[in-house]
Amino acid sequence: MSRVRALLARETALAWGKGGGPMVAVGFYAGVATLLPLAVGSEPERLAAIAPGAAWVALALAALLSLDRLFERDYEDGSLDLLTLSPVPLEIICAVKCLAQWLATGLPLALAAPVAAIALGASPQLSGLVIACALLGGLAFSFMGGIGAALSLGARRGGLLTAVIVLPLFVPPVIFGGGALASLDSGLPWKAGFALLGAYTAAAVALGPLAMAAACRNALS
Amino acid sequence: MIPEVSIQSLALSRGGRQLFSRLILKLGAGEAVALTGRNGAGKTSLLRAIAGLIAPDEGVIAFGGVEPAEAREAMHLLGHLDGLKSSRTARDELSFWTGFAGGAADAPEAAAARLDLLPLLDLEVRRLSAGQRRRLALARLLAAPRPLWLLDEPLSPLDSEWRGRFGQIMGEHLSSGGMILAAVHDPLPLAARTVEIGR
Repeated sequence: MSRVRALLARETALAWGKGGGPMVAVGFYAGVATLLPLAVGSEPERLAAIAPGAAWVALALAALLSLDRLFERDYEDGSLDLLTLSPVPLEIICAVKCLAQWLATGLPLALAAPVAAIALGASPQLSGLVIACALLGGLAFSFMGGIGAALSLGARRGGLLTAVIVLPLFVPPVIFGGGALASLDSGLPWKAGFALLGAYTAAAVALGPLAMAAACRNALS
Repeated sequence: MIPEVSIQSLALSRGGRQLFSRLILKLGAGEAVALTGRNGAGKTSLLRAIAGLIAPDEGVIAFGGVEPAEAREAMHLLGHLDGLKSSRTARDELSFWTGFAGGAADAPEAAAARLDLLPLLDLEVRRLSAGQRRRLALARLLAAPRPLWLLDEPLSPLDSEWRGRFGQIMGEHLSSGGMILAAVHDPLPLAARTVEIGR
């Protein structure tokens, strides 16, 4: 247990530290949210209609940004070799890395999400659900994204490959979360979409580490 | 604790090319073996296969009745990829890896003192020279005692003084019942059996 705690502390410090981390992800998120009105036109009615969905898609893209180095650095510098020589199963190690990733980028992004949504013209009473969706969805993005990051280990231009593998896996949470937000916005029942998002996240957290560990073992051998 | 390593008719291949076959090797407590052979002969691959990272084509790697999964907790692997993060301080990295390998909380300090690293502990790993960085990686072996040391070119960045001092450290490890398997080009600074790979 103390090993897992030490690993989580180290991984979070690394993900938070130089060359990445929360500021870069939030900056990218702000950039995408700013580009959008420039591209689709700045009429408030049109923007307000797409604001929750746009904030949500930008979130998925920002989550993608920090994925490509999730396993790559540890693979290149030998950490992954050494991490396997411990009683901690590789599945747990992968889960801890994704959790640290979420703590360092998913959490700050979730806090930034309602700001971006409101700036784009979404109604402020959506904020609570925007944060809740971003927190849950971010966890799914980290764990599903980890599969892509692990599968592209050792490939040249792995970052690009990661994006291609991962984006289809991001489709369900984007649909469920966006659906819940749109429903609440137009006064329809939103709980079903939110529950499906939660279910997808639970599946990602439970099954993602198995796939990641298998992909890492394959890359190491 | 693993009592011995015994390798029976091992064959390994990488990238579709067979490196060696029918390799037989036995390593008991207190023994050191120097693996030699030309570049690409498969020395590193053999060490990684013993660490369970590569599956052999055929043959058996046994650890005297200990399950391979359990045996991995009784070995250190040290190669040119040392797992040290250049943006973190030497102290953070040494204490993380010591804890992760199951060493005591005060062990990193003692190991660092033994390898003359105390004045360097607060530096980021990127500020260390290649030799200092290798000494930091070696400190891990002392801080978390494990019987089997798998060393890949352990001496290469070290100067002649440190080669000698590391020889002493290896000698102490052997006399306390440890085992050393080292891939080397230069002879080890202590008496060791030599096994040539890939012939």
